[in-house]
Amino acid sequence: MSEIMNELEGIYAVWLREVKIYMREKERLGSSVISPILWIFVVGSGIGSFANKIEGYPYQIFVYPGIAAMTVLFASMFYGVYIIWDRKLDFLKEVLVAPVSRASVFAGKMLGGATDAMVQAVFVLILSVFIKAPLTPLIIIEAFFMLFLISIAMVSVGLVIGANLKSPEGFSLVINFVTWPMFFFSGALFPLSTLSSGLKPLIIIDPLFYGVDALHGIILGINYFPIYIDVAVMLFFTVVAMGLGVLSFRRM
Amino acid sequence: MVIRTEALSKKYGKLTAVNSLNLHVEEGEVFGLLGPNGAGKTTLISMLCTILKPTSGKAWVNGFDIVRESSKVRKSIGIVFQQPSVDDLLTGRENLAMHNLLFGVQKSVRKERIDEVLSLVNLEKRADDLVNTYSGGMRRRLELARGIMHHPKILFLDEPTLGLDPQTREHIWEYIVNLAEKMSTTVMLTTHYMEEAEQLCDRIAIIDYGRIVALDSPQELKNKVAGDVVKIKQKNPDMEKIRNLDYVMKAEEKDGLLYLSIKDASKHLQDLLTHTGAIDFVEVRGGTLNDVFLYYTGREIREAEAEGGFWERVMKR
Repeated sequence: MSEIMNELEGIYAVWLREVKIYMREKERLGSSVISPILWIFVVGSGIGSFANKIEGYPYQIFVYPGIAAMTVLFASMFYGVYIIWDRKLDFLKEVLVAPVSRASVFAGKMLGGATDAMVQAVFVLILSVFIKAPLTPLIIIEAFFMLFLISIAMVSVGLVIGANLKSPEGFSLVINFVTWPMFFFSGALFPLSTLSSGLKPLIIIDPLFYGVDALHGIILGINYFPIYIDVAVMLFFTVVAMGLGVLSFRRM
Repeated sequence: MVIRTEALSKKYGKLTAVNSLNLHVEEGEVFGLLGPNGAGKTTLISMLCTILKPTSGKAWVNGFDIVRESSKVRKSIGIVFQQPSVDDLLTGRENLAMHNLLFGVQKSVRKERIDEVLSLVNLEKRADDLVNTYSGGMRRRLELARGIMHHPKILFLDEPTLGLDPQTREHIWEYIVNLAEKMSTTVMLTTHYMEEAEQLCDRIAIIDYGRIVALDSPQELKNKVAGDVVKIKQKNPDMEKIRNLDYVMKAEEKDGLLYLSIKDASKHLQDLLTHTGAIDFVEVRGGTLNDVFLYYTGREIREAEAEGGFWERVMKR
């Protein structure tokens, strides 16, 4: 019993540290609100001014779930770089020599990153008011949980990459290579039907596609797969990513 | 016995960092590992702290096997690293609070423990400032406080004063001695500063190329091999006669000066001077651990560039 308590407190300690640091680094908070604003109001309305309605929605509304997913995707993935800095600056040593399992250290870091990403997600949900997206309280709650699932999955991927690399420069290279294709093939920016059939198989292997598809279903009522399949695939992907994350942390 | 090793070894490919080491440390001792950079001190301490796995051999810390019971070992020890590892963006108090959680300190005593260690290292006034406003010495003190806060049986200090100026270094020594006494903790430290080993340690193991070349109290080590050093200026000294004195261990002439190693200068100096005859100048100093090291290894303890800390070693692999 006390063992479990100890692990939970370890998770809490690591998470708390992440949150405190996030709150103290004003640049991080600042930059995380700018990009969704640009995407929704500049890109969304810019492209929307000449694009046709998609499934009956103006482009700015159609792209909204995708931008919510994107915000979470980028915040979550790039969070992995902090594990590299922590190691470089030696902050992590204290945690790694503590009598707490590496799984707990990973869990704490993962929840820390997810918290960071969810602060931005909440901000994006608030922005929906300004574009008159069709959100009810129930939709907001469902979207929140879906975004949280995406965030946990992607933070885990970011941490796996971060834990296996030594330089922040290397991390940016790898993460850009992973994140952008994942974003473009997710169906966040355009409906699937516009894509040439040769590229469609790529969509099926993109985990983010299922996240975006679920959000489309929740917010707009248009989806490719039934939502339980989307959620099941995301859950499976999350478990695999978390497993790899724990393994990577054990080797640190 | 709180630390025991049996033929403990660590190899990195062909390089043997720690070579079949046998070591016993008693409860309450301040035990020093003295040696030049790269001698294997940090590797040894990393194994005892369960950060590195030994290639072969066994070791017990606080009665727990370092490989099979690493979690119990970690609960019994405190560590102060070579490179500062306190979190810059947290306050001193927050760093300590995090440590309490990570090391499972009971909730009811957490606040009291923090105050206790803060006052031991005189950081009460700065406890609520961010660590990035601290000086190097203050960070070190905070780490000492953190290392001792969960009341470990054994405190490991890896080069505790590396990179600090001499004055700060002496302060840190005081704190270490103070902590060891107040908490009745066993301390194992590595250093390549002789003064540090001499000031702090009850016993010292001199380590070179992963082996213990000598082990005893600082005084005994010096008595055994170094004796006292006498420097004499004299015209045409009779070297033969001086060498034949039974308390003279070594006699050399260099640059017109006579360098003698003699046993217990306080007892034999008078007698020595009657044998040398008239002299122009004499200077006596006690032997140092450097003399001891030189005797056993044929080399001086170089204060060379900082050894890669165990973190670099662990992380870069």
